[in-house]
Amino acid sequence: MKRLLDYLRKNLKETILAPLFKMLEASFELFVPLVVANMIDIGVAGRDQGYLIRMGCLMVILGIVGFISSATAQYFAAKSAVSAGTAMRNDLFAHMGTFTYQEIDQIGTSTLITRMTSDINQVQNGVNMFLRLFLRSPFVVLGAVVMAFAVDRRTAVVFAVTIPVLFVVVFLILLVSMPLYQRVQKQLDDVLQKTRENLLGIRVIRAFNRQKSEMREFDKSSRRLYRRQIFVGKISALLNPVTYVVVNLGIIGVLWAGGRQVNAGRLTQGEVIALINYMSQILAELIKLANLMILLSRAAASLSRVEQVFQTEGSITDGIGELAGKGAAGVTFDHVSYSYAGAKQPAVQDVTFCAAPGDTIGIIGGTGSGKTTLVNLIPRFYEVQEGEIRFQGQNIKNLKMEHLRENIGFVPQKAALFRGTLRDNMRWGKKDASDEEIYEALKTAQALDFVEQKGEDLDFMIRQNGRNLSGGQKQRLTIARALVRKPSVLILDDSASALDFATDARLRKEIARRTDQMTVFIVSQRVSAVKNADQILVMDNGRVAGKGTHRDLLNSCHIYREICESQMTREEVEADAQ
Amino acid sequence: MRSKKENQKVLKRILACIRPYAPLVVLSLALAVLTVALTLYVPILTGNAVDHIVGKGEVDFPALGRIIGIIISSIVITAAAQWLMNHINNMITYRIVQDLRVKAFHHLHCVPVSYVDGHPSGDLISRIITDVEQFSDGLLMGFTQLFTGVLTIFGTIIFMLMIHPLITLVVVVLSPLSFAIAGFISKNTFQMFKKQSEARGDLTSLTDEMLGNLKVVEAFGYQEEAQERFEEINERLAGYSLRATFFSSLTNPATRIMYSIIYAGVTLAGCFTVIGGGLTIGRLTSFLSYTNQYTKPFNEITGVITEFQNSLASAARVFRFLDEMPEAEDLPEAAEFKDVQGKVELDDVSFSYRPDQKFMEHLNLEARPGQRIAIVGPTGCGKTTLINLLMRFYDVTGGNIYVDDHEIRDVARESLRSNFGMVLQETWLKNAAIRENIAYGKPNASEEEIIRAAKEAHAHNFIMRMPQQYDTVLGEDGGSLSQGQKQLLCIARVMLHLPPMLILDEATSSIDTMTEIRIQNAFGKMMEGRTSFIVAHRLSTIREADMILVMKDGKIIERGTHEELLSQNGFYAELYQSQFAPV
Repeated sequence: MKRLLDYLRKNLKETILAPLFKMLEASFELFVPLVVANMIDIGVAGRDQGYLIRMGCLMVILGIVGFISSATAQYFAAKSAVSAGTAMRNDLFAHMGTFTYQEIDQIGTSTLITRMTSDINQVQNGVNMFLRLFLRSPFVVLGAVVMAFAVDRRTAVVFAVTIPVLFVVVFLILLVSMPLYQRVQKQLDDVLQKTRENLLGIRVIRAFNRQKSEMREFDKSSRRLYRRQIFVGKISALLNPVTYVVVNLGIIGVLWAGGRQVNAGRLTQGEVIALINYMSQILAELIKLANLMILLSRAAASLSRVEQVFQTEGSITDGIGELAGKGAAGVTFDHVSYSYAGAKQPAVQDVTFCAAPGDTIGIIGGTGSGKTTLVNLIPRFYEVQEGEIRFQGQNIKNLKMEHLRENIGFVPQKAALFRGTLRDNMRWGKKDASDEEIYEALKTAQALDFVEQKGEDLDFMIRQNGRNLSGGQKQRLTIARALVRKPSVLILDDSASALDFATDARLRKEIARRTDQMTVFIVSQRVSAVKNADQILVMDNGRVAGKGTHRDLLNSCHIYREICESQMTREEVEADAQ
Repeated sequence: MRSKKENQKVLKRILACIRPYAPLVVLSLALAVLTVALTLYVPILTGNAVDHIVGKGEVDFPALGRIIGIIISSIVITAAAQWLMNHINNMITYRIVQDLRVKAFHHLHCVPVSYVDGHPSGDLISRIITDVEQFSDGLLMGFTQLFTGVLTIFGTIIFMLMIHPLITLVVVVLSPLSFAIAGFISKNTFQMFKKQSEARGDLTSLTDEMLGNLKVVEAFGYQEEAQERFEEINERLAGYSLRATFFSSLTNPATRIMYSIIYAGVTLAGCFTVIGGGLTIGRLTSFLSYTNQYTKPFNEITGVITEFQNSLASAARVFRFLDEMPEAEDLPEAAEFKDVQGKVELDDVSFSYRPDQKFMEHLNLEARPGQRIAIVGPTGCGKTTLINLLMRFYDVTGGNIYVDDHEIRDVARESLRSNFGMVLQETWLKNAAIRENIAYGKPNASEEEIIRAAKEAHAHNFIMRMPQQYDTVLGEDGGSLSQGQKQLLCIARVMLHLPPMLILDEATSSIDTMTEIRIQNAFGKMMEGRTSFIVAHRLSTIREADMILVMKDGKIIERGTHEELLSQNGFYAELYQSQFAPV
């Protein structure tokens, strides 16, 4: 709520003026019944035609002034609401940028998308309507009551009873329906999640012929959404009929009480009409108010869902230390441990090693042994929980994140590319990279051949998630992207898995040629990829089971030897061990 | 002009969606008539009541009491009818929306894989979720306010005519102005709503893309650029939103000024008529009250029209997706496979992803039952395409593919696919329990079968370490499992239902060699007697194949066993040498 107010404060002028102009419009409207009463009591009774015409003109003028104030108010309200919604979306997106995988896993991508789009939309609509009506409607109601009291105090007592009753009724209905709307929205999340999952898994679903069961599941989820919508609908549908009944009972009260006053000669017929008019005005406003409340309750539910995302803090805070220039950097792991939330045992446990500037570090080990987690700790995708990692001698927690990551070229396991030209994608690595620099990186990454084959050079359009490229092509481009920035530290997280061996070998050779200037981490399943490293870490269950060169390890680490024997001939192993 | 025609088409389709609920619509309409008639009757009663309150000592209390009694019964009936009508309207709208959403989702499973490959997933999600939602809002407003609105207008005219035809004329003459204003506003608003919808789709796509690849975004410090791109789209959205909101909200003041003018005219004319003795004051009150009610629906209807236009734009986007051609239907005489032997034959197969670009041409291949075919070649050589063709995710553009001498396009897709077991490099798991994921290909599998498959895939151990073992529900995209663990589950999934033919596309790329060797043994057992197509880069896998296809640029350039190919000293030999060549 506070956040929303902050956004509204940015357009303070519009936010304040919108309701004020609405009030202005309402006050003109309130005069109309009085004018009508006067026309009947003075004009008609006195048969004064000139008076009648003057009053008629006054009514038209009141209408025109009302229109102008109202149009102004609508513009300001729209401006304020749209600006707030836009700012909120921008901030939410920026906030999502501070999330690590931990937060995304926790909340879920689909939910984040609904909150970004549909929820903020609801909030925006809510603000718009709120600004238009929140002053106007109570003002009209209050004004009508005051006017009524001015006309006749005794009859107006009916108003004093009717209006609180109305408010209580409206409030009760909203109180019940609000949490129900939240349930509707939650079910909508589920529907969205199923849609997304099916889009991503379309091949597997078809391969296993599970379309029908997926459809059934979706139908079920969709039906549940329907039931929830209908349930809450039944309750909110009460609003209009109940207010209608209450207001008309009020009118009856005015008729009866007014009748007695007229009979006693304390009230005129025209005044009774004015009172009835005021009562109808109140009804009209209250219906608007009730609809506003429904909208607001939905908007409030949405707002709290958006707020939840804002409340989720990215688990990593930025440091302040700076790094001087580029050039090979040393990386030291000092008794580093990390466990995923809810995991029974740490993913990385007590890892200590030192990579000198320009070194190549190979990391090998079984599935789930902690290889990927280990390298993910270096750019602080996950935060070290025990021990520390030093980058050029400084604890990475103390470094400016931007500086740290600028110095790292990271190639993730899952090759991710983005919609846009090849050039755009390559410039992720370096914002102002020239075409030459890009070509050089492409060449090193063994991607030049197929890029040239596509015939569009750097203007080649890559589709979302690189769908128009094969797995191996994507991997090579992601490697090129990391190389473009000429990082001090290059991290290859099993990022050549989809390459055939010839390309893989050429790639490693090229990278090796260029790595004088870089500290390289190679995570791989292939012995051939790591065996020439200056230092190889053998990971087993989160711990370092062996550390050393290919030859050292062949002689000292049985796990490493086993891995080698599975990939090489016995003779080769023996030859290497000597 | 064209867009008008388009709108009509969309409208027609919406009507078709409503048709199944015709009885409910009729009921809702009847209730609307009842509600409106009673609502309009009350002012007459009030007017009559006022006529019994003339002045001092001239109030007819017994008559007043009678009228009040009638008023009370009519408002109670009105309220009940109104509630029921609202409820029915909710029912109609939400059912239609549910139908549409379900239809769209079902359609998702009918369109060719190429459609999904070619469209950003965020955009499709936005169509099935947000657009349908928008459509529902518009439809609901249409039902609740349009019916009653139109009825109220006609009802009030009738009642006004009954009171005084001449003054009614004042009202009716001034009305067309309202229509003109409403028309003008909704025309302008519609365009804006359409653009707003499009911008929102872009925004969803971008968010999806960025969140899905967060690690890369963060690694490259791309948040700022992403933020810039986001803000740029958001800015565009803001511009359209502002105009759409403002234009549509002009409706209210615009009709209100009309109302003011009409009201002034009626009051004036009414007062003169009363002076002339043609009308009682009570009647004038009723008349004014009708004028009030007569103009209000204009306000609402214009609002409804703009909202409805908005939802038309959304509906059009949903319909456009529904119009997407489904995969060619299975032929009516499509065969069902029985006891597949596993003979696979490609005869002069050609294929291209884009008509203007040839890709695969004149491909011939014969795999005998039980053979293991390894496919190697540089990336982009057509390995994945071959799988797409065998599974009929894509259909050949030339030539034929036969399985057991049946052209696969003459066979029901389901029957074809159920005879292939597929493990892809890109792992996909459902947001469901591990148990369900493993049994995905064989939903009725027993507990023992599931565990046996998991053990064979060497997934049992890590599953047992999960919080709820086999009942652990995986999150979206497999949750916190490692890539290798996901791959093991995908393998277990195939191990369980064991079809006669297998497709393994880099099935073990993320699994460590130790585990892989163990899995290979299981794979070996599994492949016995099954025709298998294996895309791999690990030598051990390839060496054991009965035939190795070396592919390049969509063509098979060499084929034979490992030894044969080595002795040919061609491309394969080169590939092989480079694997063990010193770096």
